[in-house]
Amino acid sequence: MSQETTIDARNTFCPGPLMELITYMKQANVGDTLELLSTDAGTASDVPEWARKVGHEMLSSENRDGVWHLRIRKAK
Amino acid sequence: MRILIVGGGTGGTIVANNLARRLAGEIRHGGVRITMLSASDRHMYQPGLLYVAFGQMMPDELYRKQQSLLESSIELHIDPVEEFLLDQKRVKTAGGHTHEYDILVIATGSRIVPEEIPGLAEGGETFYSEAGAVKMFKALRAFQEGTVAVVVGVPHKCPIAPIEVTFALHDYFTSRGIRDKVEIKYHYPIGRIHTIENVAKWALPEFERMGIRYETLFNLKEVDAKKQIVYSEEGTETGYDLLVAIPPHRGMEVIERQSLGTGGWIPTDRRQLKMEGHDDVYVVGDTTNLPVSKTGSAAHFEAEVIAQNIASEVKIGAPVCEYDGKVYCFIETGYDSATYAMFNYENPPELKAPNKAMHWFKTSYNKMYWTSVRGLL
Repeated sequence: MSQETTIDARNTFCPGPLMELITYMKQANVGDTLELLSTDAGTASDVPEWARKVGHEMLSSENRDGVWHLRIRKAK
Repeated sequence: MRILIVGGGTGGTIVANNLARRLAGEIRHGGVRITMLSASDRHMYQPGLLYVAFGQMMPDELYRKQQSLLESSIELHIDPVEEFLLDQKRVKTAGGHTHEYDILVIATGSRIVPEEIPGLAEGGETFYSEAGAVKMFKALRAFQEGTVAVVVGVPHKCPIAPIEVTFALHDYFTSRGIRDKVEIKYHYPIGRIHTIENVAKWALPEFERMGIRYETLFNLKEVDAKKQIVYSEEGTETGYDLLVAIPPHRGMEVIERQSLGTGGWIPTDRRQLKMEGHDDVYVVGDTTNLPVSKTGSAAHFEAEVIAQNIASEVKIGAPVCEYDGKVYCFIETGYDSATYAMFNYENPPELKAPNKAMHWFKTSYNKMYWTSVRGLL
């Protein structure tokens, strides 16, 4: 049974949103979906680039009221 | 009021000492009792391990007796917790004892897990334990020429360490007169050379000036210790003659075993520092799942908030302050210069130019830590 987990990385500079995502991705099972919340503008490009290189699936990316919501499915 | 602190590292020790002073009167009159359960009778100054790895400190300089760091009113037991029974407000220890509490502070910390990366423990040097730091120094000492690869596991304690060890490697081989025979190659998990953008912007020209090569988006997948190759999750590989690794970390086994938090990190309210769903349980330092650095500095500032709030709960029945995400990190930029990064949830760090004075301040702090952890600084 795949799970969906939200990672609240708003207003954080270290370790930062992508590092938080990598941490949670290591803990997740294949098929699980992670939603990353971030107020860092760079997240919108950093996360898709990393997901593409590693081979995870970007499901969606949108900015709501200044907060990026990125959903990624663990593929491997 | 029984206050139980589980863990005798930086966070737990500062909470205990700070509380013992704030509640001295209540303790004297028998209204409050502070008990600490620690896994070790020795307290290690962990940032000193980096210096041990370069022969600049000896291991015995890193330790003090835990009892010697505590206010005399604190009851210390060297007896690690085996079981948290949060619904019953008590814990069970390895020694078979049960301790009841009214307020619990969990400060169990983190541990390195190099075994999560196949081949890393066999092929890599690390400086996150006394034995590892001494072994790394001997490996550096024996190294004459070739490629030194620095790789970084996730998550890891002390996010500034990858940069610091890389600068130290440059100065170490320079001081031995063999820098021209050594190639230093740095690898980092995200798309720039440090997670803090301002640190990355500052360090990049330093890397170029020192001739340090780098590769970003490099997450450890596997190490082939025989072929001396590291493979990344991103599909790349790098060869090495000496591998220096920042190992991945997890929270302590007891936290995972009891399902208190995935990866051993306990879900924690980022401002009140209470365990989610438990009004009588505080979490401090590495043990939290907070999106802040796993450092002694974060633990220190969190500990002050926790102690202030527990004391005010005892005195007026309510907490009085919140943690704002404050972290202050020294950044050693080589053998004789340093700078620092200070930030919180709202404000990113603005780096100052490295200088010798800050290095001497850091060198002094290596001794002042013992005053700090006693809660006097």
